Amino acid sequence: MMRSLINILDLSVAEIDELVAAAEDIIADPGKYADACRGKKLATLFFEPSTRTRLSFEAAMYELGGNVLSVSSGSSSSAAKGESVADTARTVSCYADIIAMRHPKEGAPYVASINASIPVINAGDGGHNHPTQTLADLLTIHREKGRFENLTIGVCGDLKFGRTVHSLIQAMSRYEGVRFVLISPEELKVPSYVKKDVLARSGIPYVQTENMEEVMPELDILYMTRVQRERFFNEEDYLRLKDSYILTPKKLVNARADLSIMHPLPRVNEISVAIDDDPRACYFKQVLNGKYIRMALILKLLKEAGK
Amino acid sequence: MNIDSIVNGVVIDHISAGRAMRLYDLLGLDEADCSVAIIKNVVSRKLGRKDIIKIDAEIPINFDVIGYVDPQATVNIIRGGNLIEKRTIGKPERLTNVIRCKNPRCITSAEQELPHVFRLTDPENGVYRCLYCETKGTAPGVR
Repeated sequence: MMRSLINILDLSVAEIDELVAAAEDIIADPGKYADACRGKKLATLFFEPSTRTRLSFEAAMYELGGNVLSVSSGSSSSAAKGESVADTARTVSCYADIIAMRHPKEGAPYVASINASIPVINAGDGGHNHPTQTLADLLTIHREKGRFENLTIGVCGDLKFGRTVHSLIQAMSRYEGVRFVLISPEELKVPSYVKKDVLARSGIPYVQTENMEEVMPELDILYMTRVQRERFFNEEDYLRLKDSYILTPKKLVNARADLSIMHPLPRVNEISVAIDDDPRACYFKQVLNGKYIRMALILKLLKEAGK
Repeated sequence: MNIDSIVNGVVIDHISAGRAMRLYDLLGLDEADCSVAIIKNVVSRKLGRKDIIKIDAEIPINFDVIGYVDPQATVNIIRGGNLIEKRTIGKPERLTNVIRCKNPRCITSAEQELPHVFRLTDPENGVYRCLYCETKGTAPGVR
């Protein structure tokens, strides 16, 4: 089977180091890579709306000198006629050299990967996995902190349904000296299987709290996510809690000078725009890092495929 | 209680007491046209109480189902009245089309022809997860 990326844990720690190093090299000298994928085609198969992820993949391929074939919605493709994911993957393998797939059904990119004859990158499958977002997060952490070890990482907001949070916890639990501070309302706590299967199994210490300000001085990284109205059973609880998880300059008073504030975006109101100019805000750098790490990933997978 | 000995067939022995019916359902024995006996709560030196299923024909058996429902069960193949083979099963690494993924967001809910495959992700606790969406698998009545 062709090497693909479906889950962040498909990559070993050594491979993540290799991708981060490759991305750093691209950032240092982008010109060196301007023709690295000349004559190669990336098929972006997005069966669900997405702006940034699709553009990030397409920009990444163009900056490597390659071309892009694009399906931007399920309704304009053969999927609308009832074609299976397996058949789509086999067909696209005849046209392109690598696939980036987003699909509303969980596991669809995996099905594509076992049927395609070219590498498949999962660009998000429902609420399940989004490994290239995690790679963008990891590159950002590495660029901001210079290491993955010995970090206290606060994750805040919707920790129950947020796939980016679960993947980040999985990926960072493989490093020494990492500690998590899980900041969320009771209703949106990290699911017990993540605590049991990932944190406890890796021996990663963590604390859970509802109070962001209380733990702020301990954090090296604050990873924000959005608390969504539709996740609450009643409006009263939502109104009571929503402001507790909005990051404002006031809440940062006791934060460290070298804190890194991250967010997978899109942001709605969970980070005040007043923070955008704070040097600790990294969320737009994360977007840019996402493009570089996708460039590194495309290069790696094409190389392993012998293309 | 008398149940005739089997000449050619399969005896599933050492089933944990109370699990025989689940095994009967998941093995699809309701559709078998041979005689099948379910014996419940038999006194056992090893288990205290056990269930036994006797199948009076050498029909194909999905051993993965037995390993999934009750890994301590043993399967005896009888031919010409003699015990030909005795097998212990253990938990299978993979289950194909034994249980179904119930996650409505899983690709298997949209594409009917995909096999429902589960992987043993936690051998200690017998946890199986869907190969596609990683949802925990449960069969009706199986703890």
